[in-house]
Amino acid sequence: MSTATHDTNREAPAKPTTTVGKAADYLDQRTSIGVAVKEFARKIFPDHWSFMLGEIALFSFVVLIASGFFLAMFFEPSMALETYEGEHPANMHGQLMSVAFASTLEMSFEVRGGLLMRQIHHWAALIFMASIVVHMMRVFFTGAFRKPREINWIVGIVLMILGLAAGFTGYSLPDDVLSGNGLRITDGVIKSIPVIGSFLSYFVFGGEFPGHHIVPRLFTLHIFVIPGILLALIALHLFLMVLQKHTQFPGGGRTDKNVVGYPALPVYVAKMTGNFFIVAGVLVLMGATMAINNVWNYGPYDPSPVSAGAQPDWYMLFLEGSLRLMPGAGTEWVILGYTLPLNVLVPAVVIPGILFTFLIVYPFVEARVKGDDKEHHVLDRPRNVPVRTGLGVAFLAAFIILALAGSNDLIATHFALSINAITWVFRVLFFVGPVFAYYITKRICLGLQRKDRELVLHGHESGRIVRYANGEYIEVHTPLDDQERWLRVNYEAPAPLEIAPKTDARGVKRKGYGADKRWQGLSRFFYEDRVAPVTPAEVAHSHGEHDEPNGHDQLNGSERQAVEAGVGTTSREH
Amino acid sequence: MSENQNENQNDLGDTSADVTVPPETGTAVGSVERFQDPGVPEHKKRLTDTDPRAAKRAERTVTLLFVLSILGTIGSIVAYVMVPPDGTTAGVRLSTLLLGLGLAVSLLGIGIAGIHWAKALMGDHEYVQERHTLATQAEDREAAVNDLNEGLADSGVVGRRGMLKGAFFGSLALFPLAIAVPLIGSVGGDWNISKFKHTMWKRGMRLAIDPSGRPIKATDVTVGSVFHVVPETTEAFRETHEWITEKSKAVVLMVRLNPEDLLTDQSPEGEDWSYEGIVAYSKICTHVGCPVALYEQQTHHLLCPCHQSTFDIADSAKVVFGPANRRLPQLPITVDSEGYLVAQHDFAEPIGPSFWERLK
Repeated sequence: MSTATHDTNREAPAKPTTTVGKAADYLDQRTSIGVAVKEFARKIFPDHWSFMLGEIALFSFVVLIASGFFLAMFFEPSMALETYEGEHPANMHGQLMSVAFASTLEMSFEVRGGLLMRQIHHWAALIFMASIVVHMMRVFFTGAFRKPREINWIVGIVLMILGLAAGFTGYSLPDDVLSGNGLRITDGVIKSIPVIGSFLSYFVFGGEFPGHHIVPRLFTLHIFVIPGILLALIALHLFLMVLQKHTQFPGGGRTDKNVVGYPALPVYVAKMTGNFFIVAGVLVLMGATMAINNVWNYGPYDPSPVSAGAQPDWYMLFLEGSLRLMPGAGTEWVILGYTLPLNVLVPAVVIPGILFTFLIVYPFVEARVKGDDKEHHVLDRPRNVPVRTGLGVAFLAAFIILALAGSNDLIATHFALSINAITWVFRVLFFVGPVFAYYITKRICLGLQRKDRELVLHGHESGRIVRYANGEYIEVHTPLDDQERWLRVNYEAPAPLEIAPKTDARGVKRKGYGADKRWQGLSRFFYEDRVAPVTPAEVAHSHGEHDEPNGHDQLNGSERQAVEAGVGTTSREH
Repeated sequence: MSENQNENQNDLGDTSADVTVPPETGTAVGSVERFQDPGVPEHKKRLTDTDPRAAKRAERTVTLLFVLSILGTIGSIVAYVMVPPDGTTAGVRLSTLLLGLGLAVSLLGIGIAGIHWAKALMGDHEYVQERHTLATQAEDREAAVNDLNEGLADSGVVGRRGMLKGAFFGSLALFPLAIAVPLIGSVGGDWNISKFKHTMWKRGMRLAIDPSGRPIKATDVTVGSVFHVVPETTEAFRETHEWITEKSKAVVLMVRLNPEDLLTDQSPEGEDWSYEGIVAYSKICTHVGCPVALYEQQTHHLLCPCHQSTFDIADSAKVVFGPANRRLPQLPITVDSEGYLVAQHDFAEPIGPSFWERLK
């Protein structure tokens, strides 16, 4: 049969008879959606509890949009001044305040469910940022950022930064004393920027701080610009995830060339929908039971008062802590009459700059020092990449120390300690803590890898003591099954980079040798200390070296097998 | 034993690197480099797969959870109708709690039911799908490059018409200016950044209590007392935006010390900026501008609650701790003919956080 006749004879799809069938046919004739359904309905996704951390971030974002829509119906982003006529709360009645603050009070006290939505929105923002950070930790420690996912890693970092911006622009909107002081600190930081600082401050505030433009400007950013970009980048983030197919944890049958898991329909559709409702339910529960940001306790913004124990939302604490730790003495320089306030610039601009730069460049540095150009879809167990894991923990240590330093006044009051002493401890810890955390983590990883080797070579301790005819006692070790062993031997332990010699065959100095040498140095830092996976030869060798004691004859079949496969931790003389 | 030696190689004197590697066996036993992938683990059946009663039970649980969700929704509506806030803060809290609990049960019921359904009743067979290299096949790539080249060739830009290209990119680069210029012209107000350097304090302006605006007589200030001070203005002005902006710069913290406790202040030679132990300092922190509001009477220390910069009021408000670098500027004060405290003139230096052209 020729192709021509084949084409003309091609069967038209059967006429649908059911309602669903007719609707599907209607849609398909106009969109060819059948192709997409065929592609995605039974698409396989790998399963692991940690893969839902990113989902929590996504679903918190959905809750943020839903509750934010509710709030936007009632919030008035205006700094016009009015006298509050509402009866509740009583302490605010008759006070002069901005319309923004007054509408925040009204939506809390007059709008049914308004306070609930405000509290859900605020808690959702905190959980949104927390799940982003924990999701990033999962991605970092398992090496999910490796080729081909470097771009998605950077998209993720941008999402995190936008999340910070969304949170900041959001909690500054009510125009209360707490957020007003937060804006004032921001103004101080902006002014510290060399050359353009003063102009940037005017740019942001529409004149001098605070002026009467900042709330409407933040509102536009908060409900339009930032969520718009967030939405677009989340779409890109998910698109790349689907395009590249999800990573999977190591295990039997899982390679860089396949995906092992469950089909989207029905398992993931059900699990994701369920997860969405659980995330939303928990956020609603938090909003219902835990009061947050009671702005009427702070009062409308006034440049004079400030409350002690004033903390920003948790994700901003590291910046706050950084500002608190920097010693002021001698760190404001005047050069040719121009002022360079390093006591603000370093903690508020340079330190976060270094932290974010580390996150952005890390995947590329690691690929370079490993000399790695392969696609990776099977995740690393964190112990198998000790230096990466160590660096990640060091980064977290720095972040947590800064966040704690941002709460030094609360630590001081709760534990009745000197604030000056606490600050000094944190100043030292900021430098010592990450180094210590790195070293300890790396040693723990190497130790765990050695433990894995021991298990593979000798098997599990069974607790059964067997006595041979010659009087010798041994403990029977049960060998690992194939799956257990595969998990512990299926990884790479690359050696540091080898580089071409300094001079070529004719003794001419090679161009680029210096750079190569530096990369090699970094590669040594990464891969000098390593624990290679056990090879089959080693297992065979560890058996072969034991002489066959006659006593084996007295063991029953399974014990004998066990002894042969895994004995070897007791020391024996023959 | 040899593997123990290998594992503890670094303990045996090799400190250059902490490496654990397979031993150099060289013997015939097993020359295989890597273990074989054992393949996907055998599928294990769940209780609900083998026991129909367990499956039935799971089905009932899921149904029950969905029903619970419906009850939550109903409960939320009932709470809305039956428990309106009675106008107190506690009433609003109760209404919030009941509405929220109903909604939470309604959402969690669906969520937990869905997960339980998926885990207990939906198929749990693992499937394997192939991955394909992400890079495009060589011929597709070639075709793509060809298409691009053809497109470029069709446009007639390649290798000639420099003027056209220049004009094209030039126009693209320039058109945003027509939007940016008016925006930038207005977005920063009057762009007069020299306003940072001055406050509304003037010679003879009375010091008034914040927020009442009542002027302060020197005789009303007892030793050890602290006053939060603003310039005296009309009540009408205090209800404007201009006031908030001016107040942001002009707020002052005034303290009366025992004259013998007052070690130094910032008055230059031949001037006296304090009045009988009464000193007034800018309340705006020289670090990043928080109001420095916590005064400790015993030590004469003034603490900024935001970042803990600490200033010594008895000693020119110099920095004794924290991230601030400069002392708080002093407001020179004296009394007028009626005995009210007044400013001698504006601060001698810009108040608040540092900025690039602060000293220019």
